[in-house]
Amino acid sequence: MQKKRAYSFPDEVLEHVFSFIQSGKDRNAVSMVCKSWYEIERWCRRKVFIGNCYAVSPKMVIKRFPEVRSIELKGKPHFADFNLVPDGWGGYVLPWIVEMAGAYPWLEEIRLKRMVVTDESLELIAKSFKNFKVLVLFSCEGFSTDGLAAIAAGCKNLRELDLRESDVDDLSGHWLTHFPETCTSLVSLNISCLGSDEVSFSALERLVGRCPNLRSLRLNRAVSLDKIANILCLAPQLVDFGTGNYTTELQPDVLSNLTAAFSSCKELKSLSGFWDVVPAYLPALYPVCSRLTSLNLSYATIHSPEIIKLVSHCPSLQRLLVLDYIEDSGLEALASSCKDLQELRVFPSDPFGVEPNVSLTEKGLVSVSLGCPKLQSVLYFCRQMTNAALVTIAQNCPNFTRFRLCIIEPKTADYLTGEPLDVGFGAIVEHCKDLRRLSLSGLLTDRVFEYIGTYAKKLEMLSVAFAGDSDLGLHHVLSGCESLRKLEIRDCPFGDKAILANAAKLETMRSLWMSSCTVSFGACKLLGQKMHRLNVEVIDETEPPCSRLESCPVDKLYVYRSISGPRSDMPPFVWTMDEEGDNNSNQKDFFFLDMFVRNNHYISNSL
Amino acid sequence: MAFEKDFNLDATELRLGLPGTSEESEKQASTTLRISNKRAMPDMNEDSSVAADKKCDQETAPPTKAQVVGWPPIRSYRKNSLQTKKTEAETCGMYVKVSMDGAPYLRKIDLKMYKGYPELLKALEDMFKFKVGKYSEREGYNGSEFVPTYEDKDGDLMLVGDVPWEMFTNSCKRLRIMKGSEARGLGCVV
Repeated sequence: MQKKRAYSFPDEVLEHVFSFIQSGKDRNAVSMVCKSWYEIERWCRRKVFIGNCYAVSPKMVIKRFPEVRSIELKGKPHFADFNLVPDGWGGYVLPWIVEMAGAYPWLEEIRLKRMVVTDESLELIAKSFKNFKVLVLFSCEGFSTDGLAAIAAGCKNLRELDLRESDVDDLSGHWLTHFPETCTSLVSLNISCLGSDEVSFSALERLVGRCPNLRSLRLNRAVSLDKIANILCLAPQLVDFGTGNYTTELQPDVLSNLTAAFSSCKELKSLSGFWDVVPAYLPALYPVCSRLTSLNLSYATIHSPEIIKLVSHCPSLQRLLVLDYIEDSGLEALASSCKDLQELRVFPSDPFGVEPNVSLTEKGLVSVSLGCPKLQSVLYFCRQMTNAALVTIAQNCPNFTRFRLCIIEPKTADYLTGEPLDVGFGAIVEHCKDLRRLSLSGLLTDRVFEYIGTYAKKLEMLSVAFAGDSDLGLHHVLSGCESLRKLEIRDCPFGDKAILANAAKLETMRSLWMSSCTVSFGACKLLGQKMHRLNVEVIDETEPPCSRLESCPVDKLYVYRSISGPRSDMPPFVWTMDEEGDNNSNQKDFFFLDMFVRNNHYISNSL
Repeated sequence: MAFEKDFNLDATELRLGLPGTSEESEKQASTTLRISNKRAMPDMNEDSSVAADKKCDQETAPPTKAQVVGWPPIRSYRKNSLQTKKTEAETCGMYVKVSMDGAPYLRKIDLKMYKGYPELLKALEDMFKFKVGKYSEREGYNGSEFVPTYEDKDGDLMLVGDVPWEMFTNSCKRLRIMKGSEARGLGCVV
């Protein structure tokens, strides 16, 4: 038996100290100090974040961390948001719920992003966790309002139900009536994604009325404006509110009632919703505008003059989401009114139109960069850009942490000089030393990747489309970006060389996505065979990759590190490249059978 | 194998997809210029909800240039919300959900695609692999344990076929294929 040193603390003391350490990264560092710290830490870790649900198995997580109360899981790759990942790819949460139901009876929080959640999973959650408090389903799909009814009925202490941006099968608005009359614990309810079927409004009102701690309420589009005044009067303590559609038949009292209702909300800091806006009702918001820090007008089809009027009432604004109807003039007004602005997202009102429908150019973004010194995060859709503008923006905003520029037409050059935008983006990465996320667009050569590899040392996520000339571009990024975790690439002339030369780098990253590039099937096989801690998955919906030549490029490639080996829930169009060569538990024949079924509407009885 | 002969039956094959879809367009997978591949076959997917709307969005956009899949990078719900509810109904057809008792999935169909009850019933039979009985005004559907019903604007459960076609398409909110004793009860209503 080892002699206990005088200065070693009892476990309880260490545990108490560790309880002040919340961040996963710090906890991981703590666990690496020595064996006893590893042991103590793992028993008291309450919160686990798993960025890729296939990187580790539920059993492994449970084995290491037996007392978890809160879990966050992410499933599909980010490009699934833009329909690049076929249906049925994966990301099922049920296996996790099943394991956790047995191992974590005291689980309180589940947060999921881009996962497939079934009603069965939701029913299991409601049944298994007696103290369940928080359910966040961010961009999830696969469930219906029946599953929500189970959660409402079963989770007696529910605090948060947030369905943001999920695709829910709206079977009936009556799921809300399943919240028992005894439920008074709700703090946050976000149902903004629910479809146009009626939500049981009376049930909603009663629910809101009996939850005194409700801080955040986001309604769906089906709720009309005349109903909002009532809701706000029932919940004047709200901090974050999402309206339904902002329209109703013109009636004399609506505006005054609405204004009075908003006036009673002294804590309101964040507003969203605003579908189908009737501008005449916007002044109802004026009582709260001075306190507003976050405003999401990205569904509001109002034009520049109305936006300017609203925004100039909001001097405390930190976050603005808006359509490009704001135009350059509106962004100029924003720059002069909102000096605390930290985040700006400008979405396109007519993304598929060939000609610009609004006067929104690089000038708008330059004005904001000049007028808003605290600007950190930008998402900007526009149709033209210059290197000069990007250089100016970079110099004005050295504090950028997220910069995502989408020039709508692929491969658009600097419209003044005709040159690629390499220098402009180069200035961004050179000046913005804390840049963590970058999305590129426009005409770009390998040179921009050289800049990125040289300067973007803190970059964690990079999105690339229709850019570059050769493998050298990809090589610059993989060899230079020390902090890179996620790389997603589409339609670039990147092939085998850079990936194979930087195979080891891929193990230090969460994931790599490449679609419509020129990576060959042979290279994928080689990568899968050599790198045992990587899952190399090839997605091909037309025919199995093994039926083609080794030199044939694969359609889509998704590579991610994993300690649980290849997954077993792949659909027929996903192949994993591992030690045994291309592998899919469904044989080639099943592939053809399945593809036939998918491509033909008749399922012959003789099959 | 038995299914191989079906590959040549394009001309006579009943299609339940939206107008303009064809096997040929599905096979252009090698180029990136194609209509969205995510929900190309709304009726083949089990959880299809907004699939048909998305597809329709892209088809009704001014056809001045071919669209690249997933570009510009905007989420589907954003694209959908840019259209008003009214426009959706006018240009994109009358979509109603169809459920069948016992089946774990929902489908969505566009009532505008059918000229009358026979076409609609045949489509439902194909979609859910059942046979509907023989309809008579007095006795409803005889000869099958499946009965096609629908929920109308007032929330009432009605038998498919009881009202004139036009009236049906204007008032139908949702279709439900009932099975078993419930169905028999409804089928016998005079």
